[in-house]
Amino acid sequence: MKNVRAFLPTLLVLGLGAALMVVGTRLGGRDAVFMKAVNLCLECVGIG
Amino acid sequence: MDKKRRGLRTWVQLAWTALTNGYVQGFTSGTIWKGPSKAYCVPGLNCYSCPGALGACPLGALQSTLASGRARTALYVLGFLMFIGAALGRFVCGWLCPFGLVQDLLHKIPFVRKLRRLPGEKWLRRIKYLLLIGFVILLPLFAVDAFGQGSPWFCKYVCPSGTLLAGWPLAAVNPMLRDVLGFLFAWKSLLLILLIVLSLLVYRPFCRYLCPLGAIYGLLNPISLYRLKVDAHRCTSCGHCQSACKLDIPVWQRPNSVECIRCGDCLQACPTGAITSTPAQLRRACRGRS
Repeated sequence: MKNVRAFLPTLLVLGLGAALMVVGTRLGGRDAVFMKAVNLCLECVGIG
Repeated sequence: MDKKRRGLRTWVQLAWTALTNGYVQGFTSGTIWKGPSKAYCVPGLNCYSCPGALGACPLGALQSTLASGRARTALYVLGFLMFIGAALGRFVCGWLCPFGLVQDLLHKIPFVRKLRRLPGEKWLRRIKYLLLIGFVILLPLFAVDAFGQGSPWFCKYVCPSGTLLAGWPLAAVNPMLRDVLGFLFAWKSLLLILLIVLSLLVYRPFCRYLCPLGAIYGLLNPISLYRLKVDAHRCTSCGHCQSACKLDIPVWQRPNSVECIRCGDCLQACPTGAITSTPAQLRRACRGRS
């Protein structure tokens, strides 16, 4: 019980993180990333 | 055992870097991988413009989504950062970040003098939080053009990982890119060279002072699944852990410091075995039950 309480904040953040990933993906959360990746990120390379 | 653990960490870093940057053809053709895996983030600072990169950098993805004016789509990236941070904390920095590996290898090169810390260390370590708030969040979100589009400010003006893993290899192989290089490339190259030189002197200068991704994961270090524990009954406050720690963290006082990259050097240095990691604690708990 003591160990579970010690890891409760961890489990909450893990759960929230997982939920956000699922919701974000369903909302098209990957889109902005994927669109950028199709074209080379010129800023990252040092151009523009 | 100490050398074995250090060797294991280097091999894990090398293997993970190779696995997540496996598009070898990109290095010869001067192009990037555009397959479906690119939509997913990898944990470390791995520029998705790296010719070999098979995944997306979470920091670059965050800036990209904030700058695109579609802030709601940052939910996936925020969720990823929370999930990985809560699971591993800065274990990512110590074991899974390609630029961390580069700094580790550079620091192994013998140099005139190695420093444990730079002058003004306490203030230097705060710069990464300023970069996180300013260059990663606020500027991409609010410094927009007439079309409402922002820029990934950290990637564009600071990130040395992008310069080393993307800028230099692409410029070397792609003549069209070479023709349009200008001041920005020169500035980023200068920053990278400065960090390379600093890495010879002090351990992991980028991770310590500048990395916003490390700043995020570090905030979750105290609650991450992978954490350290100091047994107060065994600890004699001898300070061997701090001496062994290349980041000069007083592990016996702050085992889950936001600066700790979980390299494990302190675990081996402790003469009484007072410091344990989560896997070791689980093994002890299982042995205790059986």
